[in-house]
Amino acid sequence: MARVAFARHLYRFFPALQGREISVKAATVAQAVAELDRQFPGLAFYLVDEQGKLRQHVNIFIEEELIVDRDRLSDSIQPQARLFVMQALSGG
Amino acid sequence: MPARKPQRKPQKKSSRPKALSTGPSRLILGTRKGTIVLERGRTGWKAGQLAHGGVAVSYAARDERTGTWWAALEHGHWGPKLSRSADGEKWEDAPQIKYPEGTRYIDGYLNDDGSAAGVEAAMASAKPLRPKLVKAALKKIWYLGFGGADQPGRIYAGTMPGGVFVSDDNGESFELNMPLWNHSSRGGDLSEGECLGAKTFWFGGGAGVNGEHTPGIHSIFFDPRNSRRWFVALSCAGVLETSDDGKTWQGRNKGLLATFLPKPDVEWGHDPHYVMLSKNDPDHVWMQNHCGIFYSADGAQSWKMVSKEGRTAHFGFPVAADENDGKTAWVVPGVADDKRMAVGGALCVAQTQDGGKSWEELRKGLPQENAFDVVYRHALDIKGDALAFGSTTGNVYFSANRGKDWISLGYNFPPVYSVRFA
Repeated sequence: MARVAFARHLYRFFPALQGREISVKAATVAQAVAELDRQFPGLAFYLVDEQGKLRQHVNIFIEEELIVDRDRLSDSIQPQARLFVMQALSGG
Repeated sequence: MPARKPQRKPQKKSSRPKALSTGPSRLILGTRKGTIVLERGRTGWKAGQLAHGGVAVSYAARDERTGTWWAALEHGHWGPKLSRSADGEKWEDAPQIKYPEGTRYIDGYLNDDGSAAGVEAAMASAKPLRPKLVKAALKKIWYLGFGGADQPGRIYAGTMPGGVFVSDDNGESFELNMPLWNHSSRGGDLSEGECLGAKTFWFGGGAGVNGEHTPGIHSIFFDPRNSRRWFVALSCAGVLETSDDGKTWQGRNKGLLATFLPKPDVEWGHDPHYVMLSKNDPDHVWMQNHCGIFYSADGAQSWKMVSKEGRTAHFGFPVAADENDGKTAWVVPGVADDKRMAVGGALCVAQTQDGGKSWEELRKGLPQENAFDVVYRHALDIKGDALAFGSTTGNVYFSANRGKDWISLGYNFPPVYSVRFA
């Protein structure tokens, strides 16, 4: 199971994310996002658009590496990996 | 014994004109920093608690039929979202608007090697156009409209990229209107293949909070005599009408002028900033266009420019049509498209009562120096004799007497995107 940590900004819209360990069983980032949406309905649409593309100002890291495939989220996830869902600092 | 005449108490004279303290008593603002409800109490107008604090709200309104409040959010990071509230105070994410799988639109043209082709070169080439097809994803909910009394549950959402989503269950679900999405003016059905030769006449358009520019639909209104007949206006293409509740669409751009194009009287390519009809005189339709003010006395079948460059009333974004007298309308002028600011540093609302033949400038109560306010397309509203507007510099003004007198409801609001009586 991969563990997922979130930018605290998301706690405002999904209070249930705060203060608990969140794990997903997923082989790719796309599967992880789908699983997160099952656990927290509506969350996926905050991270990706309706075509499954990562939103322009959202970043997902596997360990310390930014994912490569922002369009289809096909980057693979090792079991026990740590995922970080962050807002991109796109401005100043 | 004769009945004693009741003694009348001497009336205290109010220092405020009566006209300013009557009329509707609630407004909802969509602003750069959230949703604000303003209410008129015994001591004047007051702003309630801010909702969606820090989030841009492109449009907010209340559906009078159900009492539900709606706000279209533009999160900087998390994408556009629809929010709703039963009481204007506690808000929640509504079921979201999403483009169906397979919906694509043309975003430029490609050379055979896949590089971007200049539009002019692509159009001039003898080869069939190779469109660059982009999968549609919601960039902005720009407008929300509510259906007629005979259409309970009907809600319209105008979006970027240019779509109309229709709900018939009070917003529990929305469906993209496909006949408009697949209209010939934007290249027809683009759902499969390379669509060689497909060409769109929709271009440019409004900006999302993240700066995206795609054509977007900002005006949706129906004929109160027949709510199956409705209209949309978009930037940039023009106006379209359906008379069969969205099954087929016809352009309604006769008489419009796009002075930013080599041939201004084109069929498509117009930039209406906002379009509205007179509720009880619905053959009279008003448009504040990028290129001037246009008026139709025949239900948008033909348009006539009723403003002149160089005059105060010409450029701007919003327009409000009188509910009963279709020849009367109000605009909030700016200088010009290359100088989007109040005319002469003085804020005014211009009113016509003769179908645009003449315009009167209404200034009483509005700042007449050091004003830079621009009023966006959804930031002027009308209800009965009451008018209200909000500006990009965070000023909100109200008039209960058709614009003759104005009072400020606050000077330090965030940039205002929408103002609606609620």
